[in-house]
Amino acid sequence: MNTWIVATVVAVVAGATGFFAVMRGAAFASHALPQGAFAGAAGAALIGASTLLGFGVFAGAGALLIAWLGRRGRHDVVTALAFVLMLGLGALFLSMSTEYAPEIYSLLFGEILGISRSQILPTLLLALVSLGAIAVVYRPLLFSSVLPEIGEARGIRPYRMEIAFLLIIAITTTTTVPVVGALLMFSLMIAPAAAARSFTPSPWRALSLSVAIAVVTIWMAIVASYESNWPIGFFVGVFGAGSFVIARTWAAWQRRQVTKTQEVVVAGAG
Amino acid sequence: MSVLGGVIAPGFFSNPIVQTALVVGGVVAVVSGLVGVFTVIRGQSFTTEAISDVGATGGSGAYLVGVSALAGFVAAAVVSAGVIEMIGLRRPRGRDIATGIVLGAALGFAALFLYFDTTHTSTTGASITILFGSIFVISSSVVPTIVGLSALVLAIVVVFYRRLLLTALDSDLAAARGVSARWVGLGYLLALSLSVALSAITIGAVLGVALVVGPAATALHLTKRPGFAFALSGLIGLVAVWVGILLAYDSYYWPPVGRGWPVSFLVVALIFSFYVSVHVATQHAFKKKRHIETDDGESGPVCH
Amino acid sequence: MTQHGPITRHREEVLALAGVSVWLGGREVLHDVEFSVAAGEFAGLIGSNGAGKTTLLRVILGLQERSSGEVRIAGRDRTGHSRLIGYVPQKVQFDPDVPLRARDVVALGFDGHRFGMPMPSRRRRETVDQFLKAVDAARFADARVGTLSGGEQQRILIAHALAGNPRLLLLDEPLANLDIRSAQEISTLLARLAREHHVAVLISAHDMNPLLPYMDRIVYIAEGRVASGSTQEVVRQDVLSALYGHHVDVLRVHGRIIVIAESVADVLSSDREGVVTHLREGIGS
Repeated sequence: MNTWIVATVVAVVAGATGFFAVMRGAAFASHALPQGAFAGAAGAALIGASTLLGFGVFAGAGALLIAWLGRRGRHDVVTALAFVLMLGLGALFLSMSTEYAPEIYSLLFGEILGISRSQILPTLLLALVSLGAIAVVYRPLLFSSVLPEIGEARGIRPYRMEIAFLLIIAITTTTTVPVVGALLMFSLMIAPAAAARSFTPSPWRALSLSVAIAVVTIWMAIVASYESNWPIGFFVGVFGAGSFVIARTWAAWQRRQVTKTQEVVVAGAG
Repeated sequence: MSVLGGVIAPGFFSNPIVQTALVVGGVVAVVSGLVGVFTVIRGQSFTTEAISDVGATGGSGAYLVGVSALAGFVAAAVVSAGVIEMIGLRRPRGRDIATGIVLGAALGFAALFLYFDTTHTSTTGASITILFGSIFVISSSVVPTIVGLSALVLAIVVVFYRRLLLTALDSDLAAARGVSARWVGLGYLLALSLSVALSAITIGAVLGVALVVGPAATALHLTKRPGFAFALSGLIGLVAVWVGILLAYDSYYWPPVGRGWPVSFLVVALIFSFYVSVHVATQHAFKKKRHIETDDGESGPVCH
Repeated sequence: MTQHGPITRHREEVLALAGVSVWLGGREVLHDVEFSVAAGEFAGLIGSNGAGKTTLLRVILGLQERSSGEVRIAGRDRTGHSRLIGYVPQKVQFDPDVPLRARDVVALGFDGHRFGMPMPSRRRRETVDQFLKAVDAARFADARVGTLSGGEQQRILIAHALAGNPRLLLLDEPLANLDIRSAQEISTLLARLAREHHVAVLISAHDMNPLLPYMDRIVYIAEGRVASGSTQEVVRQDVLSALYGHHVDVLRVHGRIIVIAESVADVLSSDREGVVTHLREGIGS
């Protein structure tokens, strides 16, 4: 039962955050931050602190680092280096500790079937913070993501929005990674949102659909993982990709329908 | 001599593992640095990361079925690079999203393979090695392969140099000049995949991106002239790897004593520090010259 | 050196610059710029690339610091961003997959700068519809904005700018990537909006010819200096030569104006071949 509650909450947050991540083309940061956060968890494990705290601290620090370094110059290189460093730190911490494979494995790939009661509350709280933040910055973030120049002229500073956005990803990361694992959390974020936008041109509906697809994806992944004993991360990755492919195919089919109608009209008129 | 002795722990140069590491690391660093310049210009750091992770998946899969992990890695890397190139040549944002989705699926498989690996065999070290790698684990029998592959990458870069540069800087112009985009594209793919594979061997799949992209980005911060950038990039990579190896060897004496720090981490830390210091230094110089803008509104360095 | 147009009595100045200079990278990019645009006026900021147009626009928008001078918007001195300016930048590209309809873009112009999520209300929807109608974009209001043509997207951006209830509409090279017909449509639209909504419109362009039928005022910029007034007053050999600091030829050929400032490369006309033909005909070879 715990599993279902936590999983749904996590999917909702991932879907909502993913909407903006895809809008801003921040696939990389979405991939990098969780992996960097993993270093935080490893470090925390090393000193015996709460892994959740380790996640949060490193995710937050990573977000600020990416924002600061990315301020002028290539965004993608900065992201790459920042998070690779954090992963390297993770490797360092791991090598120093004697705990190895099981802990790492669950951090990287998620351990949803082993969610305990005590995790529900923190997850819920973090999710509320994340969703609250998204609700507050929804309009200016949307504005700045699509029309950055005009937004700047209106007083919406792109840098501030970038920081806000990265911090939201950091919070989402901290919420989601314990469930789905560092390597695959971003799949739950990106794939549903990317699929949703192909189905509807309305931003609000795209957000909602993104959440819906994420929830369905994780439910299916839980069932599949329970049945086969295979890692949940595998199913999230594969189902996510599947929904994306379905969405793109549908969109392409739609375009063909429109072109066909146009051809008919032209033929009829000619 | 005593100062040098203080920096370099005893037995460094005579240690055969270290010798292998220096040779392999040096060669890979230079070659990756060269390819990396193109990658950074094209803004494909994420693609590199994706290729690396997909390669790791391929490596895990190959290992599971008893095939050479390296072969699996390279094969997966080349295929994924091809797919990514085909998906999006124009729209960088669309390409990134598609890359991310492919990566997600591939990592899912990686999760699966590693699960099989840990449940069916008792060695858990293998997965960690593939992901995080250690140059000290490379046996000397693999060295010829590595050197051979590096030479291949070097050959591709040298042969296609002009055309690669042109395509990276301005694909429209390149097409107009009749540069055969497809051959160049394929050559670049191969070079990139191989570099990624080689870097993965050196410092692990997860960290390999740093070796390809980091020195190149640092070099490009320092100079706009291509020839210079290549040289600098290779040099920075080389220094990072060699010093990293040295420090890793020395770290045997650092706390926690007797363990040693992972060389992968040290190399990455060095690359990162170089990048940040150059970044900060150039920003400072920039601020002194004030916010330079040309009159059609584009600001200084190219933003992604 | 600047010149003013004749001061009309009941002129309500929405935008007024005085003594504005800007130093960038060690050189003076704008020198002592002075001009004004009144409500309902359609003004063209004409200059070749590199003359200082974009810098000037950025100064007005508060995105670029000025070394001296005043920028007054609706009578008040401004430095930072102003809600009274509706801005349409030069190269706005919409990703074809972006989940935004035309009406959503316009809605952003209305309240996109405020925090929080938009509450669907009739008033909001009606306001958006009204602006869509004003730019004749009602028929594709629900289309995905990334799939619209260049001209259609331009309209939406203008509606977006209007939705913020500005006193000044500022457009950076709006006609640059449009075909002739779309360019004419946009120009007509802007002239109409200036009159009907009583806003000042300032658009920048490197070729004055498409705008000649619509401009109430030309603000000609060259070498960082500006001359402002009607086309007859400003586009003359003596005025422009003073502006450029050296001899300049102004040709009026087949209803087009061609300014030859330096070499053929500097010719202010988008139709280079046509110029050569015209020159030959004019010289009478």
